[in-house]
Amino acid sequence: MSAAVNGKTNISKELKKAEGINRLVVLPFKKSVEIAYKSIKVRFFRSLITTMSLVLAVSFLSFVSVTNDVANGFLATQNPDLRQALVRSGYDIAPEDTSVGSSPKQKWIIVLSLLVCVVGIVNAQLMAVTERFREIGTMKCLGALDRFVLRLFLLEASMQGLVGSVVGAVAGAIFAIINNFIRFGTVVFVELALLDVLFSILLASLIGCFLSLVGVFYPALVAARMQPVEAMRVEQ
Amino acid sequence: MSAKRNIVRVSKVTKAFQLGKLDVQALKGIDLEIAAGDYISIMGPSGSGKSTLFNMIGGLDKPTSGKVFIDEVDVAQLDAYELAWLRCRKIGYIFQTFNIIQVMTALENVTLPMVFGGMGNDAAVEKGIELLELVGLGDRFQHKPFELSGGQQQRVAIARALANDPSIILADEPTGNLDLKTGEEIITLLKQLSQERGVTVISATHDIKMLNVSDQVVWIRDGRVDKIEDRSELSISVGQVDIRE
Ligand SMILES: Nc1ncnc2c1ncn2[C@@H]1O[C@H](COP(=O)(O)OP(=O)(O)OP(=O)(O)O)[C@@H](O)[C@H]1O
Ligand SMILES: [Mg+2]
Repeated sequence: MSAAVNGKTNISKELKKAEGINRLVVLPFKKSVEIAYKSIKVRFFRSLITTMSLVLAVSFLSFVSVTNDVANGFLATQNPDLRQALVRSGYDIAPEDTSVGSSPKQKWIIVLSLLVCVVGIVNAQLMAVTERFREIGTMKCLGALDRFVLRLFLLEASMQGLVGSVVGAVAGAIFAIINNFIRFGTVVFVELALLDVLFSILLASLIGCFLSLVGVFYPALVAARMQPVEAMRVEQ
Repeated sequence: MSAKRNIVRVSKVTKAFQLGKLDVQALKGIDLEIAAGDYISIMGPSGSGKSTLFNMIGGLDKPTSGKVFIDEVDVAQLDAYELAWLRCRKIGYIFQTFNIIQVMTALENVTLPMVFGGMGNDAAVEKGIELLELVGLGDRFQHKPFELSGGQQQRVAIARALANDPSIILADEPTGNLDLKTGEEIITLLKQLSQERGVTVISATHDIKMLNVSDQVVWIRDGRVDKIEDRSELSISVGQVDIRE
């Protein structure tokens, strides 16, 4: 066994020396972005479905945290009327509280929704990989390395994740503000802590991107590890 | 014969597939030497192991035992990078089911191997258009595969196989999904390319039309080489052998 390994490295080195050229296949980063982008565009409907669960989960997260931002904006004014309005609309505020956080139940629901979302992404991406067996196999026959395939899938997922979570986060925030406007009236806009809201949106977007990448990692690995023969054997 | 360089050498190759408890011997010891620049047909009944042999020669699969040499380099000794390089630069593949990447245009399909090979974008596009013109699709390069007929898709695949000026073109039943006339056109094109560019063409096939253009025919039966015939001996036996058995 070790003899074979030695032989292998020797031959490789000899080859490289003899040829005097760099025997490397490449895929420039710009080109991978282009391929990934086109791939999403062509399969727009499929990408939309993959992204949908992410949009929903992130918008829920953003909705909850922006709603809290609004309440905290009210509390920060030290205005007893606003405090009263919050209590009337169902917030559990002790007299000495200066801020509200998510209740444990809320947190639990958020975590659960994000978890469901990741499972949804894994599921959708695994299906996408199966659908694309032939494409991946063909690329490998043309000289693609495992990491080209991995990179393409990760890039696609990050583009989908970025768009999906920004859309979700903004939609959730807008919905939260509208909802609070209906409950409390125009005072919502007066006392809105804009910076906090932006921070909530940003955080929700980042979490969304991260989840999208987590969800695609295993499917992308499956795709990258596939042998070209296996891919070619799958009937169309 | 001895003056010619062997570009492919297959030595005592066997391949077994594990199907549950069953051991399927797809190849039972194949020895083969293929001279550079030849047009070789691998013929044999369905299930005789043509595709399996094809995959071994193309470095797509590893033999259970035995060795495959391409340009006297043992394919099994190559690491992942060298294997990818081999697939990219040395060998062009053509498949029965065309295997055009559906989400890319004809031109993008043809330029992809050049990108992998490190060619700049403009040069790749220029050469891609040239190749598509060569296979008779000069006006079609912005088309998506589903807008092309089977024969046209196979032409794209041939153009793509030629992208990095490989020394070997491997074709597994390139005419299997095409009608008689289109199949003939594809065969003529392959033969023409092999003559003009000195590319070694190795094709696995059921198609008797292939016999006319082949320099050598390797008959495979039940995982073994049945016989190897040079062009001169061919005309005699074609009448006698029932290909469709
Ligand atoms: N992945 C696999 N797993 C198990 N058995 C396989 C596999 N691939 C091929 N075989 C078996 O190996 C034998 C040869 O198959 P192969 O595909 O090489 O035949 P072929 O000559 O190409 O046939 P056809 O002309 O129909 O394409 C067959 O008996 C087949 O069942
Ligand atoms: Mg076959």
